Amino acid sequence: MESVLGRYRNLTILVGVLFLQVLGLAVQVKRSADTENTRLIRIWAVDLITPFERGLVWAQNSSNNLWHNYFYLRGVRSENRQLEDKIEKMRLNQVRLSEDAEQAHRLQLLLGFKEQFIEKTVAAQVIGSSGSDLSRSIYIDKGSKQGIEPDMAVITAGGIVGKVLHVYPSTSLVLMINDQSSGVGAMLEKSRLQGVLHGTPDGELRLERVMSDETVVAGDTVLSSGGDQIFPKGLPVGTVSKVSVGKELFLNIQVKPAADLSRLEEVLVVTEKREREPVAESGSRVRAADILAQRLPSVPDKLAVVAGATPGTSGASVTAGKGMTASAKPVPNGAGKPVAATGTVPAAKLAGDAQASGVGLKKVAQKTAGGESPAVLSAPSNPRSTPAANADAPKATSNPAASPAKPAADGAKLSSAPPNPQPPATEDSPH
Amino acid sequence: MPITYTSGEQIEVYRFSIPVTVGVPLLALFLQAFLPRRIFSIFDLPLLVTIFFAMARRNPISGLLTGAAIGLVQDMLGPYPIGIYGIAKTVVGYGASSLGAKLDVENVGARFLVTLGFYLVHAAVYFTVARGMVNLTLNWSWSRGILAGLANALLGVALYFVLDKFKQRT
Repeated sequence: MESVLGRYRNLTILVGVLFLQVLGLAVQVKRSADTENTRLIRIWAVDLITPFERGLVWAQNSSNNLWHNYFYLRGVRSENRQLEDKIEKMRLNQVRLSEDAEQAHRLQLLLGFKEQFIEKTVAAQVIGSSGSDLSRSIYIDKGSKQGIEPDMAVITAGGIVGKVLHVYPSTSLVLMINDQSSGVGAMLEKSRLQGVLHGTPDGELRLERVMSDETVVAGDTVLSSGGDQIFPKGLPVGTVSKVSVGKELFLNIQVKPAADLSRLEEVLVVTEKREREPVAESGSRVRAADILAQRLPSVPDKLAVVAGATPGTSGASVTAGKGMTASAKPVPNGAGKPVAATGTVPAAKLAGDAQASGVGLKKVAQKTAGGESPAVLSAPSNPRSTPAANADAPKATSNPAASPAKPAADGAKLSSAPPNPQPPATEDSPH
Repeated sequence: MPITYTSGEQIEVYRFSIPVTVGVPLLALFLQAFLPRRIFSIFDLPLLVTIFFAMARRNPISGLLTGAAIGLVQDMLGPYPIGIYGIAKTVVGYGASSLGAKLDVENVGARFLVTLGFYLVHAAVYFTVARGMVNLTLNWSWSRGILAGLANALLGVALYFVLDKFKQRT
């Protein structure tokens, strides 16, 4: 026996080494929780490699920052001006979108929906990858010390990236959504069809479990459905790039990821999310029709309705905080382009804008075609002025008679709406 | 302390200093993890280093142990269970050193073919273990596999030329 082993010594050792590795692999696969079994040796390996990666990333970023922040500043002023213009336009959009969001919250409340909100995120830098073409994972420079835990969602401004797989003291391994072992609950934005998003060996994304009799076209937006309990609902995932009939009555839907997964530099880890029902705020709003009526000279007695007759409304001071109907016809913004005005603009905002633009609150009220509105007169000044409201304010006050029926309808909706918009659910904590 | 390995009488056997023995595989693993995926994901630097050390030392035991060590560290950095790369690179290390002991693998053509062949062997073992034991749904693409093999063989020839500088005669 010894002579046989001696003769085939090399082969014996090969078989022995392979056997040990197969055994170790089998133990990991059987327990299916390799995070616990192999945690220590993974930590060693990661600790061995990541300091170099951190150092190199730091050196690379430092030199880039030095160049871009101190030397290469050509065109920054004009870019700044362009960005300021862009911000103004976006503020106009924001007013409109916040109204839409409020309406959506009200509807969700009516339907008893619960939704997940991103409460807190931690910004992290990508410092490396797993180093294999057959797996899609990245290392980030934040770990358990910064509150990162397994199964946390990792996102960018573009869309979702993946989930935290292994956490080490100061680094974490993130399994990207295009890895073949990952799965994300996803849905199509327009049709609301739900499916499971899987990675492929080639690093592509496929939306599975969508029946072949459904209509899906290239270009459809894919969002997270929230069904996986990792990614909050509604985050952008990607767009459908190709659709074909697949196996077993399901469509073969290829998805192009919204985030550029091969060029990630910074990501956000969702460290805290909260599931809650949309909050209904107490109080009621005055109908837009009533506010319009206040301003119409022909109907002065409507003021009494606002001040006392409306149930749940305690006169002028309550009215001051409510939404105020603005003109629905397009109004020019700062850039001179017409922008469709939103149905409502918060009164407080309107008042603040009036002050910010050098026009006193009372003067704004006096500009109204009708009698003075006690609501506007008693509104507290609001330093948060927006150009959107600036643009809307004169229209809202100077030509009330021109306001069509639609704002009134919006106002009717508002009668059951929360008076104060909810604050943004996302709170980013910079690292 | 230098490690020496002996084999056939007519074929030269090389040794490497400990810094090179430890540093080069670590550097390969580091670069593999750090270099941008978009461009370098097709290359497998740890595999090329495994093949080089195995062919230069011409000792199957040291070859398989080198392959096992590099493969296991590569596994530790990835998301899948540890051992898939370990097994594949153990086989490659053993095969390359056994082949190195029998053939002259010093010229460029032989190195190119040996690297291409062992890239395919490595992929075959990796896929077999990943699908058979870990139940990963890997799909083999011949066109991509051969293209990656050719790219690795080309890079390997250039890399071996650089690493030859660290060889020490026994």
